[in-house]
Amino acid sequence: MSSNHDMSEEKLPAAHAPAGTLDPFADPGLPEHEPRRTDIDEKAAKRAERQVSLLFVISMLATVGFIASYVTIDKYRIVDLFFFGKIGALNLALGVTLGIALFCIGAGAVHWARTLMTDEEIVQERHELKSSPEDREAGIREFQQGAADSGIGRRPLIRRTMIGAMALVPLSGVVLLRDLGPLPGNKLRHTFWGRKGPEGRTVIINENTGKPLKPDHIIKGSLTMAKPEGLNQETEDHQPNEHYLAEMGKAVILLVRLEPDEIKSKKQLEWSYQGIVAYSKICTHVGCPIGLYEQQTHHLLCPCHQSTFDLADDGAVVFGPAARSLPQLKITVNESTGFLEAVGDFAEPVGPSFWERG
Amino acid sequence: MSNAHSNKATGPIPDNAATKTADYFDERLGIYGAAKKNLRKVFPDHWSFMLGEVALYSFIIILLTGVWLTLFFKPSMTEVVYDGSYVPLQGIHMSEAYASTLDISFDIRGGLAIRQIHHWAALIFVSSLFVHMFRIFFTGAFRKPREMNWLFGFLLLVLAMVNGFTGYSLPDDLLSGTGLRIAEGVVLAIPLVGTYLQFFLFGGEFPGTDIVPRLFTIHVLLVPAIMVGLLTVHLILVFYHKHTQFPGAGRTEKNVVGLPLLPVYTAKAGGFFFIVFGITAALGGLVQINPIWSYGPYHPGQITAGSQPDWYIGFLEGSLRIMPNWETNLWGHTISWNVLIPSLVVPGVMFTFIAAYPWLEAWVTGDKREHHLLDRPRNVPVRTGLGAAWIAMYLVLWIGGGNDIIATHFHLSINSITWTMRVLFFVAPVLAFVVARRIAMALQRRDKDKVLHGRETGIIKKLPHGEFIEVHEPLDAERLHFLTSHEQPTPAALPPAVDENGVARKLKPGEKLRVRLSRWYFDEKVEKPTAEEYKEITSGHGHH
Amino acid sequence: MKKLSARRRHPLAALVVLLFALAATGGLYAAFAPAKPAQAEGAATALSDIEEGKKLYLSGCSSCHGLNGQGSSDGPSLVGVGAAAVDFQVMTGRMPMQQQGPQAPRKPVVFTQEQSDQLGAFIASLGAGPAVPREEDYALEEGNNAMIAEGGELFRTNCSQCHNFAGEGGALPDGKFAPSLVDVDPKHIYEAMLTGPQNMPSFPDTIMPPEQKKAIVTYITGVTKDEPNPGGLGLGRLGPVSEGLFVWIFGLGFLIAAAIWIAARTPKARTK
Repeated sequence: MSSNHDMSEEKLPAAHAPAGTLDPFADPGLPEHEPRRTDIDEKAAKRAERQVSLLFVISMLATVGFIASYVTIDKYRIVDLFFFGKIGALNLALGVTLGIALFCIGAGAVHWARTLMTDEEIVQERHELKSSPEDREAGIREFQQGAADSGIGRRPLIRRTMIGAMALVPLSGVVLLRDLGPLPGNKLRHTFWGRKGPEGRTVIINENTGKPLKPDHIIKGSLTMAKPEGLNQETEDHQPNEHYLAEMGKAVILLVRLEPDEIKSKKQLEWSYQGIVAYSKICTHVGCPIGLYEQQTHHLLCPCHQSTFDLADDGAVVFGPAARSLPQLKITVNESTGFLEAVGDFAEPVGPSFWERG
Repeated sequence: MSNAHSNKATGPIPDNAATKTADYFDERLGIYGAAKKNLRKVFPDHWSFMLGEVALYSFIIILLTGVWLTLFFKPSMTEVVYDGSYVPLQGIHMSEAYASTLDISFDIRGGLAIRQIHHWAALIFVSSLFVHMFRIFFTGAFRKPREMNWLFGFLLLVLAMVNGFTGYSLPDDLLSGTGLRIAEGVVLAIPLVGTYLQFFLFGGEFPGTDIVPRLFTIHVLLVPAIMVGLLTVHLILVFYHKHTQFPGAGRTEKNVVGLPLLPVYTAKAGGFFFIVFGITAALGGLVQINPIWSYGPYHPGQITAGSQPDWYIGFLEGSLRIMPNWETNLWGHTISWNVLIPSLVVPGVMFTFIAAYPWLEAWVTGDKREHHLLDRPRNVPVRTGLGAAWIAMYLVLWIGGGNDIIATHFHLSINSITWTMRVLFFVAPVLAFVVARRIAMALQRRDKDKVLHGRETGIIKKLPHGEFIEVHEPLDAERLHFLTSHEQPTPAALPPAVDENGVARKLKPGEKLRVRLSRWYFDEKVEKPTAEEYKEITSGHGHH
Repeated sequence: MKKLSARRRHPLAALVVLLFALAATGGLYAAFAPAKPAQAEGAATALSDIEEGKKLYLSGCSSCHGLNGQGSSDGPSLVGVGAAAVDFQVMTGRMPMQQQGPQAPRKPVVFTQEQSDQLGAFIASLGAGPAVPREEDYALEEGNNAMIAEGGELFRTNCSQCHNFAGEGGALPDGKFAPSLVDVDPKHIYEAMLTGPQNMPSFPDTIMPPEQKKAIVTYITGVTKDEPNPGGLGLGRLGPVSEGLFVWIFGLGFLIAAAIWIAARTPKARTK
């Protein structure tokens, strides 16, 4: 399709219509080219040349500055600058010198183009993308010939089996993805709290101190972040516990003390101990940890999407996109040690909803 | 031929080393044909035509800085105890990914600068893609023959957002982990397969130890490779189709007017690359971005107020925030509408609309011609209104995603902001559509006024009898042509109910809808001034 | 000047003016924003006097909190809140409250430290509660790196969910908010953890021992407040929202300005 028309750089004939006779809105054609100062004034052109070169020289200096900064400035040095405050000196120097070095190359090139290279507009023609009727026919004929030679139309058995084979072969690739991860099983339904069985007791550990909690530790208006005993960053033989984060993602709870008569639900009261309630810290919306506890309203806010739960009302949702109440953990006190303990696991899966949740 | 050039190259072809080298390659690659065709290819000048270049250049910057970052980043979730130079985290358990990002930020010279350039360039990349698409949309540059290139550009936008999110997730800091946790919640909400998808994606329960290395491969290999491919095709098509141009004197559907690739655009576009890189590098040195050391390592039990994603994911975050809490439980299965609708349905509809728009519009207008002259947005009020409505909807979601920051900074209640956004999600697009269309119509009216009555000069003249008038200056021929050259199609009409033989005509399905939409598209317009009107006004009684 | 007036009517003139105005507004705002609120120096340690405190209480506090601190519909009971709560509320200017609102904001301080101590003595006499912490409880231990790291971990577990990773504060339901911790006196941070003012939960010594509170105070003061921004301008340390705004207004703003310059026609010589 390439013809030499592509290179024709002709101006359209100027179609200046004598006023009053023809269409006043007709295309007058490209206006006459007007020279810039640099086109007619050699002095101006020289000045522009010097400006462009100056920009390139600044760029060179900035690159030297970059290398010098890299070598000389200590990487931990902090400078206190007006407006910026205390910032890293090396980062500042490297970014700014690199920025200047690059910017000045660009600015020089553009200034060169704008002042010294031609600004006389060129007209090139366009051609419809559609092929000519002859090309169209020839193209279709070639294809038909090829298809006929292959016999794909006449031999359906080959055609069908080929399609079948092509459709099946990607399955291998899909099968190979199977070991990306284990099947969910009922992992989403259980947390670390339940590993001793439905009535098994787990000591509640204060996340701050790493020690068990007693009921009188938790005073009204306070907030305690807690986790199950035995769930630690390191295993007993001081190896990193690779399940720690995943288990924490389900097991973290928070404990607050309410007046027993503030608690609206009977179930909640039964699962509490003297007004101390334990709730999952994981939002039932999409799983952010929620800890924004308002001790006067007993509301708990999620900072991700602002779901708000009422801890005095079974953890019910009072605002936001979460649909389900926050799961409560049944707690009691070990008579012999006096420590708070969880009784079994959460009664429902914690965290976001999922299809099989029911 | 190129009489446009005073300094056309003439004389004998020089027989020097450069020519010999070029000959060497030509004998093997046949380069002179391509050179003859392309070296002086013309590109029209307009600042808005350079928005795509901003995207292209920031992508190159991302590739360059990204390669450097891979030399130091360790995509591993193996737990280590930090012993680097950042004091507040010394002795803390963290993943290797986070620790190596801290090393890049503090202990490798220039690491912080490159990290910040990479991140700033990513933000600039996605925002320039949006602005570039707005330009294409509002000027109708997506019309035949460029629909496919619109689609390639659209795919690039989606991939850019995906890659932005995966990159944001790699350092394994508290914010990125929170983002992944939300993504996990969204995957879990997918009906039927969500739970399995989540376990396969994360290699087990969240967060596990697989997700960062997997995202790393996606971030540095899979998505960039696809993007480079798409980008190549996108640019080849821009070249092949030749650039669109705004209407004006001497500019027609059959030509392209501008400056030659060599040397002017080589210098301008090449120079612009350095300018974009320079500005991004200066940002990397001057303005801090994503200070992961302040966030701390990821821990599923920890969170910070103001947990937000990068801006281009913000609309999804807002969508999740303002959604009411609907969830149904049917036959033992949970369907979380509160997650599915905002994170999959709303963006799905919004982005499918963008992707499909060229075909939608062509179907409604029935226009099958090639278009190389751009529309001025005012001359296509309905399209302009639709674009404004889309932007309004996006903005509402975006603002919703920052509702907590807005609440604290303007002392508002987060609950009322959320409720306002819930209402505005439906109201703002309608308002934006109406307002944008009105403004477009008003601008058309102003154009007509200018054509007929000339330009207001700002000069006040006192007439002999004491009256003050403002002198109007008639427009020159170029301006007159520019303001009147747009098309004003007539809306489609249904054919008569019976054909010429008196038999009831069977309408193609959708034809009625098409006609109605076409009327909506074209019915309301400001009639262009006619030559007669113009002559009448200009010949007789002056300018009033 | 002539050149300027000739370009005044350029279609992009409005845009340029707008950009300048935006830049100027932003610049001015950034320059003026970090004004430090007046901080009363609490050096006086005069012997507190329950009687003096009671007088002050009756004139300044009793209208809301009741004559004997038993509370009313306008203010909670103060029995058992302790002197630490009084010191926090009064010396951060939150009390006395000027008007009812979602929560009492920080204001210029009305009472002197001495008066506050007297008030505290009176309130403590109504019922036992946390006492004002001693200076060694919250005195910063410069250079204690292990304490800073521990404080950071505790901060992220207990505090950042409301107060943000950099202590910049955050939103709570219905117009309430967790205030910024920047520029808050270490003593007041300590007292807030001890007493749980307003809707903030308390972190009593039983669940957060004093040395942990000290670690948190050290982390907040040493890291979130004084920490330099190694990467440059901190953008309010609000995370991605301010970064996004910045990239649209300035990042893209500069680049589009460059594009306009590149594509603009070079001025013509006046040949006619």
